[in-house]
Amino acid sequence: MKFREAVRDATLLAMERDENVFLIGVGIVDPRAVWGTLAGALEKFGPQRVVEGPLAENALTGACVGAAALGMRPLIVHHRIDFVLLTMDQLVNHAAKWKPMFGAQQSIPMVVRAVVGRGWGNGPQHTQSHHALFSHVPGIKAVVPSNPRDAKGLLLAAIADDDPVVYIEHRWLHEDDAEVPAEYFTTPIGRATVARAGRDVTLVAAGPMVSEALKAAQALEAIGIDAEVIDLRTLRPLDTDTVIRSVVKTGHLVVADPDWGPCGVAGEVIACVAEEALDSLRARPVRVTWPDSAVPSSQAIEAMFYPGAREIQAAAVATCEGRTERLVASTVKDFHGPF
Amino acid sequence: MPSPTSPDLGRKLFRDMLRIRRVEDRIKAMYHLREMRSPPHLCMGHEGIAVGVCATLGRRDVIYPYYRSHGWYLAKGGDLNAMMAELFGRATGCSRGWGGSMHLIDLAAGVMGTSAIVGGTISHAAGAGLTFQMRGQSRVAVVAFGDGATEEGVFHETLNFAALRRLPVVFVCENNLYATNTHIRERQAQTEIYRHAERFGMPGVAADGNDVTEVHAQAARAVARARAGEGPTLIEFQTYRILEHCGVNEDHDLGYRTEEEVNAWRAVGPLERGRGLIDDRELARMTEEIEAEIDAACRSAQAAPWPTTLSLERATR
Repeated sequence: MKFREAVRDATLLAMERDENVFLIGVGIVDPRAVWGTLAGALEKFGPQRVVEGPLAENALTGACVGAAALGMRPLIVHHRIDFVLLTMDQLVNHAAKWKPMFGAQQSIPMVVRAVVGRGWGNGPQHTQSHHALFSHVPGIKAVVPSNPRDAKGLLLAAIADDDPVVYIEHRWLHEDDAEVPAEYFTTPIGRATVARAGRDVTLVAAGPMVSEALKAAQALEAIGIDAEVIDLRTLRPLDTDTVIRSVVKTGHLVVADPDWGPCGVAGEVIACVAEEALDSLRARPVRVTWPDSAVPSSQAIEAMFYPGAREIQAAAVATCEGRTERLVASTVKDFHGPF
Repeated sequence: MPSPTSPDLGRKLFRDMLRIRRVEDRIKAMYHLREMRSPPHLCMGHEGIAVGVCATLGRRDVIYPYYRSHGWYLAKGGDLNAMMAELFGRATGCSRGWGGSMHLIDLAAGVMGTSAIVGGTISHAAGAGLTFQMRGQSRVAVVAFGDGATEEGVFHETLNFAALRRLPVVFVCENNLYATNTHIRERQAQTEIYRHAERFGMPGVAADGNDVTEVHAQAARAVARARAGEGPTLIEFQTYRILEHCGVNEDHDLGYRTEEEVNAWRAVGPLERGRGLIDDRELARMTEEIEAEIDAACRSAQAAPWPTTLSLERATR
């Protein structure tokens, strides 16, 4: 099953199982059905539960908060995570606060499904991933699936969760294909997984960087470095136990996050390791993150922008040799726009 | 506008307004003791709106007030003891000490939780309307906000969405002319707020918010319309805030409004206008009852335990 089909599978399954689950968003009944991820939802559940909204992201998000407080489980879908920034008032000031602000009398079980639009020159405002923004605020959880199985499992877990969850979906992964169980299952929120076991270096990765880290691990194997790859899966709450357990074993750490470095998830992972297991680090850890700039549009410079397996590999070699350096180059996948 | 108000209803309306006023008088009197450490946005002068509107609602209907919401909370049947305990920061507060004056809630009474962000709960009411519609429930959501909130984008976004889906929502604007200390004419190019409704194809009504019986009549019409599935209404009630934007004092010293202006509005305040709804004997009796209730609420709040943990799970057992 492809990643995007897994998203659809989870959505329809959740709506079948619980009549409190409903879809809302801008352009969700569009014939293209959000890259097919919502195909058939309207026909199956009708306009009452597939709520096409006006271009009013903040109000729609607030409507989700209001509905969730009354026991509904809204799933709001955004074609671009960049548009979620229009909803930060409802997300940060309201959804995240509703439980603590009233002494935990209410919870807000809502999911914000936000797509990151890397590729085909989408440029500065259609490609941001904002892992860090959505991981910063107490009261919001943030998950980022790296493969079709977790695309389904994490979405079902997010919908079942009683707190607001931002589900960050990298469109870059939409066509990835893998075995996905047909039945209902959840991938636990707050738990990272060891995607590949190894002894020499820990490669922590999130979202599309996981497959890059796995590729890097293969290349490292050829030169005698046995890398362990950890897929974070959840950005908040961060599963530091799994990371630390690995670093205690390997003594070397590389963190690859498809987002900007400053105040980011990669830095947070390293800070947690430094606070709790500094002595286990045998060399300086390395972050592999985006260059500190907007994402460019032209294919010539877009290709320079994204780090991938090569950079992770270089970082792993550097830390294993006791060096540290930030390298930026790229791998570009074959995505043929235009949307 | 004349409205058929029974003597019993009139007494209830006046008593509810008097109770809110007396509660806020007490807050005003005790605030200097520094036991209540939460910024109070007193609604003195606004009482007629919350009381008139809430009297048209049932227990299953819900309200979404804002940071100036002591009146709304009490008018909808929110628990006075829990509100006072919240102001005193106690574990027995309606928000268990986490919210304070700006974040009141009483789910049993249908007070759904208030926001300190201007316009913050407007869209929540649409979510409630959507929920009632999906569940086929005959319930209504009322959202209250000030004139400043109508400048926020979310107000227009929500009006459009609610009208589009014919949601059972009543939008209640308490137009007291000032956003904090800035007059509406300095903020809005067109100051007739009710006219925004026309753009979205819903009824827009302007009415005197200091005449509790008129408030009741207008709200009853809008609530009935919402309950009948005919969609939302925007009501702009004119009113006036007597004290400073936030705090317990007068604010003549700031110079943004004159003492004469304040006094002129005070003379036509909701309690003054509604005085004819009860006689002197009833007033004396009501006052005595209400004062006793407030005494008890304050005593119980001051004796209540402090919150002791940052763990929400433990705080709520």
